Formats: sequence, structure tokens, C-alpha cells
Amino acid sequence: MAEGDPAHPRFRTSAPAAALLASAFVVSTCGLIYELLASTLASYLLGDSVTQFSTVIGSYLFAMGVGSWCSRYVKRDEVRLFVRVELLIALIGGSSAAALFLLFPLVEHFRVALYGLVLAIGFLVGLEIPLLIRILRGFDFRETVSNVLTFDYVGALVASLLFPLLLMPHLGMIRTGFLFGIANAAVALALLFVLPRAVGYRVEKLAGVLILLGLIAGFVASDRLQRWAEVASYGEPVIYAQTTRFQRIVLTRRDDDLRLYLNGNLQFSSRDEYRYHEALVHPALGRVANPRNVLILGGGDGLAAREVLRHPEVAKLTLVDLDGEMTSLFAHTPTLTHLNRGSLTDKRMTVINADGFRWARENSGQYDAIVVDFPDPVDYSVGKLYTETFYRAVRELLAPGGMMVVQSTSPLVAPNAFWTVASTLEAAGLQTRGYHVYVPSFGEWGFVLASAGAIPDQARILPGGRFLTPTIDQRLFDFPPDMARRPTPVNRLDNQVLVREFADAWGKYEG
Amino acid sequence: MPGANMKADRRGLLALGAVVVAAAGGGLAYALGRRPALPLGKLGGADLARGHRLRDGDFPAPSVEQEVDLVIAGGGVAGLSAGWRLADAGFTRFQLLELEDEVGGNARSGRNAVSAYPLGAHYLPVANREAKALQYLLRQLGMIAGDADGVPVYDPAQLCADLQERLFWQGRWQEGLIPRTGLTAQDREDLAAFNRAMADFSKRVGSDDKPAFAVPSAYSSRDPALTALDQQDFAAWLDAQGWTSPVLHAHVRYAMRDDYGTEPYAVSAWAGIHYFAARRGWAANGAGENELTWPEGNGRLTARLAGFFPDNIARGHIVHHVARDADQVLVDSFDVAASRTVRTRARAAILAMPHFIATRVCPELGDAKAFSYAPWLVANVTVDRLPGGRGVPLAWDNVSSSSDSLGYVVATHQGPAAITQGTVLTWYLPLSDMEPAAARRLLVERSADEWKRIVSDDLLALHPELDGAIREIALWRWGHAMIRPTPGFLERGQAHQPRPPLFLAHSDLSGLSLFEEAHYHGVRAAEGAMALLHHAHESLL
Repeated sequence: MAEGDPAHPRFRTSAPAAALLASAFVVSTCGLIYELLASTLASYLLGDSVTQFSTVIGSYLFAMGVGSWCSRYVKRDEVRLFVRVELLIALIGGSSAAALFLLFPLVEHFRVALYGLVLAIGFLVGLEIPLLIRILRGFDFRETVSNVLTFDYVGALVASLLFPLLLMPHLGMIRTGFLFGIANAAVALALLFVLPRAVGYRVEKLAGVLILLGLIAGFVASDRLQRWAEVASYGEPVIYAQTTRFQRIVLTRRDDDLRLYLNGNLQFSSRDEYRYHEALVHPALGRVANPRNVLILGGGDGLAAREVLRHPEVAKLTLVDLDGEMTSLFAHTPTLTHLNRGSLTDKRMTVINADGFRWARENSGQYDAIVVDFPDPVDYSVGKLYTETFYRAVRELLAPGGMMVVQSTSPLVAPNAFWTVASTLEAAGLQTRGYHVYVPSFGEWGFVLASAGAIPDQARILPGGRFLTPTIDQRLFDFPPDMARRPTPVNRLDNQVLVREFADAWGKYEG
Repeated sequence: MPGANMKADRRGLLALGAVVVAAAGGGLAYALGRRPALPLGKLGGADLARGHRLRDGDFPAPSVEQEVDLVIAGGGVAGLSAGWRLADAGFTRFQLLELEDEVGGNARSGRNAVSAYPLGAHYLPVANREAKALQYLLRQLGMIAGDADGVPVYDPAQLCADLQERLFWQGRWQEGLIPRTGLTAQDREDLAAFNRAMADFSKRVGSDDKPAFAVPSAYSSRDPALTALDQQDFAAWLDAQGWTSPVLHAHVRYAMRDDYGTEPYAVSAWAGIHYFAARRGWAANGAGENELTWPEGNGRLTARLAGFFPDNIARGHIVHHVARDADQVLVDSFDVAASRTVRTRARAAILAMPHFIATRVCPELGDAKAFSYAPWLVANVTVDRLPGGRGVPLAWDNVSSSSDSLGYVVATHQGPAAITQGTVLTWYLPLSDMEPAAARRLLVERSADEWKRIVSDDLLALHPELDGAIREIALWRWGHAMIRPTPGFLERGQAHQPRPPLFLAHSDLSGLSLFEEAHYHGVRAAEGAMALLHHAHESLL
């Protein structure tokens, strides 16, 4: 082609050529970073890092080949296309990590999204190098090829060193993605202003600025994105995730199995929660002559309340749960109110959002039955809700003849912890009887009945339960030797033996 | 020629490449290294203006005169304990004059929307069997709730809740304050030998049949074999035992700075051993090694003490001159609100103030040259989320082996709620590694912003996860936070007791800045005054 042909620009000054080579460096660095991000992220979300790295890198290189091959169909306007491609890489690559994390819980076929992105980025990067060589063809060919490829490979080295040493530890995946998207877009914009051919590229300039701003916004907001992204750790598709002031609430659903997780710990599975909640509520209420006034401490999902409200004698139910967002969620979301049968908005119900430890010590009342359904004593804060001090306060709230029941973790996995709850209730001046039930999603689970007086052997169990009948109720109180009562210490505020025993037992169980 | 052009371009090309890399690197460095704006927070401390006015003696002559049986000058723990003892014995004709607008002394506290928090002293170990007056008080306050087989049962809500202490050691938090992992054979040997020696001292009885080390220290033996320990410093004593473990030395240094604000080389060996061997907490349910603590620290105790005699307390009264008049005492105090000096004629007076102030207002006491005081900085850091960290979870007292600060205590650990989000961390730094006078200058001259930077850097180095969560840093400067038990301190307290009707009451007299010491001296002075004034009572001592 003739020199001076407008379609084939020549660069006589050093700046545009240098800018183009610098962009080759940046593009290859960014390209490799996106590829590493996709591999790491796939390993993180899908497991099996060998497979993920191998398939992601393979697809990426293959897509580069496809891009290179397709470059032959570009007949003119290479500079414009080069800049467009670079902007597209910035946009897609820069937001790829964030997009994949956010898509993960939402899409059925995550791999389609993953490989789609990898292939797109590979294709675009593959398109770029031949274009660049052609743009620079006015120069000595030998040098051009050498320069372009050198910068390409040096960029790859820089990326592969930066990624594990600096970027992953300090920025994390999402922010790294955005940072390199920003670098990508910045180079594209710089080209638009440096290259003499790019004078009229208004649309590209506008698009470049918008993409750059979008990526910067993503970079700034990446903390929040990162927080949303931890849903990846759940085994089932996440349908709801919310961080409240007190906890992380995550709902998942696979087929008809709706599950609630608080801070990553399973609270119920809709498939078998009836076993848990019937066993939690009815043995206690069935041992009170006339349970008119009932208190639930914890149980913000309203499922224990659902069982309490099945008792026609109950005239007043008070539920004290720490988290207002939790009770509100379970009071107003149709799927959830279907599960708890609207117990939280029942006219007999009063919901109080307060710290149970504080509330029990600062309030008075005469409750015929008290259901204590707190999360397991996983830390010293929740552990306070299992102490002698707390049970003394709760005892003050029991009406004469009243009955209290405490969910007390697994007597099979953590028998010492389970019987520590019983010893602690006894130290608080209560008589106790432990019982247990099999809940498939939890395993063998335990409860302790407690009362200031004797605990009746027989209970009036409401008909119509899916699990509990009077005969079953009797059987729950039998403990085989591996769960049998053993001497255990009293859990006090100043010596939270329960938290320690619980952590020991579950630590061993979960390996 | 294109080729020539290309060659000429190479330098520019490399330069541009370098610029790109530098810009990217710079941007990254900026992103990683940017410093957030300093959080808000007040700067506080003992009232410097009033303190300096006292030093300069610039007060008007008395314009009013009043009479009362007994004056207590000073509303810290000693003065409040004296007042409590009087009130409990039915002696009501006394007045307590306090320089500041609040009583409590070093046990004062603050409060914000998140929690109450201590400004200084923040806990009381479970009382020894010999601390009878203290147990009597704790029973009155309901903190000792009863007895089990004759042993006091403490109210669990007042005892420090689990987890009590954790130490940041080799990148992980571990329970307790003495490292357990990564120890050399020498460390293990020396720590074991040290613990054995301290256990022996704890059990030892002197030639006068008193415990070798007791709390209050007045109950300790005066066996010369033991008091001889007061003639050398603790570091030298440790060296003489042949214990070289750096882990042991670091733990001892932490302990000496924690209780005395003083480096081991400046602490009397007697005081050093007292720290480790005097505590024999007498309590049921295994609570003997625990301590009592509250969100506001010992402010809980001083508020309860003051609650026994609210009408006898006059705040904002600077006692600036105390003199005898025949067998009576004249106490001149400047009433800050009314801006006048009041002369109080009393039949007895208890000077419950640090000795360096007592000698200034009452010249007959001589000088306080032998008394030196440790300056401290206390910072109350309000955070939006709780500190975490690898290893055991957040405890009440959190100490880092790699920081020069003493770490922090968590105000809401003892709070009314089980689960909290934000909290207040009370961070302590004794300025012990320089002469106290120089440290006091540094304390005042270094700007509040510089101190805040030091506090936040120290916390963030330990807890990167708190980045962006620090809402407020309230600083409190204590120029004379605590008496330093330097060698020879055992004799100084006795040497300065004036004759009645003047009485001294302060932990300075023990040389140990502990609640129990101040309380003991307050009770002792009050009982001495009541005996002098023929008010019938049964001694609690």
C-alpha cells in the first residue's frame, strides 16, 4: 500500500508508536490477570483447582487463536477497532470477577457464564495483537514483531508475579479485576488522545470515559460486592442474603428444600424442621396444666411460634428476638409466612426485638411456658445465653407450675455440652429432664425441659402433628449409653465451659 | 527511514513503559497506603489548670469560715473509702472536698452512646482472705452475694466473663497472657522455675507469722529476710536467679508496666514479687483468680462508694492550705463555682490526696521528693464492629506481645447485652521507658492528633479488620497516674504519717497504686479519726 494512505497510517513521531506498544504491554498484563482471576474464582467456587486452571487457560488460549484468525476479516480502520476492542476488554475483563461472583448464586449453569466470559476476553485479546502489528506495519517488520511480542510476554510475566504476591493478598479478586479494567480503559483513552488518527473518534472517547467511570465506581464499591460474594460458600442456590446489624441471614432453596443459615450455620431445613419444632414445643406445653401465656426467647423464624399457636389455650405469646430484620423478614415474606403460617403476625403474638440476656434480666412476668431457642453456643456472646445467671433470670419469669425448654445442641456429637445445659439449669434451681430427637438435616438433637417443680412423666400431645404423638413423646426421654447423662460442670459467665466443650466436640466431629 | 525512527524511538518507548509501570505501581501503592482521616474524639485528663493553680498557690484569702467535725480532702478511692467507713459507722458530721467536678480520682469513667468506659483503673481482683474491710464493702454492694461452706460466693454478673484474657503471640491470639507455643527449652524451664518461685512466695509466712506478701500490703510480713528484697530492683533480682528467657522477661515487663507503669529495672523486687505472689483470691466456684469489672471500670465502685454519703461531698473545691490551729485543723479550699476561698475549721482532717499534692498544701509533711509517679495515656476508642483476629475470640483484656501498648479492654464485655455490634476499646499506654518528668512533658506536648495516630496505628496493626470502623478516639492524659514502687519504697509510707488530728490516706502510702491499698488507707484513716473523736465503732481492719 502506498505511503500516506489514510487507511494505513504511518507514525513518524515516537509517541504514538510507543503508546501502542505500551498498550500491548498493558493489554497482555490485563489479559493474563483476567485469566488468572477466572481460574482462581472457578477453583474457589467450583473446587478442583487443577481442572479449573487447566480448562480456563486452555479455553482462553484457544479463544485467542480464534480472535487472531478472525483478525483477517478486518479490512480497514484498524486503529478504531483496536481502541474499541481494548475498551471492550476493559469493560468485560474489569468487571468479570464481580460479575461471576454475583452471578454464581443466581444462574443455573454457572460454567456457561464462566467460559463465556473467558472465551470473550480471550477472543478480544487474540484479535488485538495482529491488529497492533498491522497498525505498526509502517515500521521495520522485524522490529515490530519483536517489539510487540516482547511486550506481550513481559506483560504476562508482570501479571503472573503481581497476581499472587500483591494483588490477591491486598486487593482481593473483585478489586483486582476492576483495577486492571481501569488500567485497560485508561490506556485505550490515552491512545484516543495520542494517536493522530483518532481525532474524530467521539463515540469511542465518550464510551471510554463512561467505561472508565463505571470501573472506578466498581473499584470503590468492591467491598460491598465482596461481602455479597460470600454466598458462594453455600451448597444450595441462594435465594436471599442480607447482612443485618447482628447477623448474616441467608436463605437457600433446592427444589422444595428451603434452608435458613445465620452466620453460615444451618437453622432449619423446610424438609424436616417440623420434627425439630414439634419436639421443641409440645413436650413443654403438654406438661403445663393450662398454657395461656407463653414466651419464646430467640426463634425469630416464627416456626416455634407456629407450634405454640396450635395450642388453643394459648391466649398470649411473646417472642423476644434480637434481630428486627429477621422477624420482619419472617413476618412479611410470603414463602416464609407460608412456612410459619403467619405466626409472627398472629393477633395473640407480640414480637419484641431485644437482646434476650438483657431483656430477661430487666423484665418481669409470669409465663406458663418458656421456649428458649437460641443459636448454638458457638461463641462467648451467645454462650452468655446458656449461663446460670441467665437461667436464674428466666426462672423468675416462670409462673408456678410453668415449664421451660431449652434447645441444647446434639447429645450425640457433644454430650458434655448437652448435659452441661442440664447441670446449669439445675444450678439455677430448676429440675430438669433431657430428651432428644432425630432431625435428618441436623442429626441427633437434644432439648432440656426445666421447671421449678417436678416435671410430669405424661404429656398431653396435640393431635395432628406430623412427628410427635404421645407414644413418641415417651420415647424421646430414653438415652442410649453413648448419649447418657454424665457428670458435667455448671456453665457460668466467668467460666464458659459450655462454649469450650461445644467447640471441642464439634471441632472433632467436623475434623 | 522507518527503521531509524524505530531505533530512535526505543529510548522513548522504554521511558514510556517505565512511566506506565511507575504509574500503575504508584496507584497501587496509593490505594494500599492511603491514610484515612483521623477519627473524632476529645482530649481530656486531670484538670491541668486547677492542678497548676494549686502548684502556683494563687488563691484569695479565706472570706467565709465554716465548722465541721472532719474534713476529707480528696475524692479518689481513698477519700471515698474513708467517707464510706464514716457513713457506715454512723459518723455524719464530715465533708469531703474534691478538686475536680467529679469524684473518683483515677477510677473515673466516661460514657458515650455506645457504652460507659473507664478513664483509668478498670478492675478489682477477687479479695484476699485478709482484706476484711474490702469484703465487708463488697457484701454491702451485693458483689459478694453469699457464702458456700464459709467461702464468699461472688455475683457472677460482676466477675469478669469468659473469655478473660488473650495474648497476640506469633501471629495468633491465644488464651491467657503467657505464651504457650513456640517456646524454647530455656523459656519453658525459666517460666516453670519462675512460677514455682512465685508459688513458694505466695505460700510463705514470715518470721512474724504474717503472709510474706498480702493485699492490702500492710498485712504483709516485715520479716527482714523479705523486706531486704526492697533494696534491689526486680530486673536485677531476676538476673540473679539466672533466668534469661526473653519470654519470661517480656511477660514480667508487661506485668510491671500494667500494675505499676514502671519498667522492671525501676521496680523494687519486693513490689515485683508482690504482683505475682500476693493474690490469693478467696472465693467459691473457682473464682479466686478472677477479677470484678464493669463497663465503666472502677468508676462503678467509686460511684457506689459516693452513694453512701452524697450530701457530704463538695465538688470543685480545691484544698490549697491545711494547717493546725491548736488541736484543730484549718482547711482552706477554693470554691471554683463561687470563686472564693472557704476556711473549714475541723476537729480532724484526712488528706486523701497524692503525696506530692499533700506536701504542697500541708508544709509540715515535708517534701515528696522520694515519691515518683508514672504518666499514662488512656484512649477510649469507639469502633463500629468488634475486633476479631486469628485464634481465640475477643476477650475482655487483649494484649499484643508485639506492641508497646498494654493492649485494650472491651467495655461491653461486661455490658447488659449478650450480643453487641459496636463497642468501646480502652487502650492503655504507660510512658515507662523514659524519666517520668520527660514523659509528662511528652504527654502534654505531643498533639492530640499525633496521639490519635499512634493509638489508631497500634490498633490497626493488630486489627487490620478495624480499618474504617474507628468512630472516635477519646484521649485521657494522666500526668501522675500511679505511684512508682521503686526500690526502698517500703519505708517511705511509714515515715510520713503526721500526728493526729491530721491523717493521711492514699495508695501512695503503700507505694502500690491499687484499689485495695487506697481503700485500706481510707478505712484506716477514718477509723483513726473516729477513735480520736470518740465515735464508737468496731474496726474492720
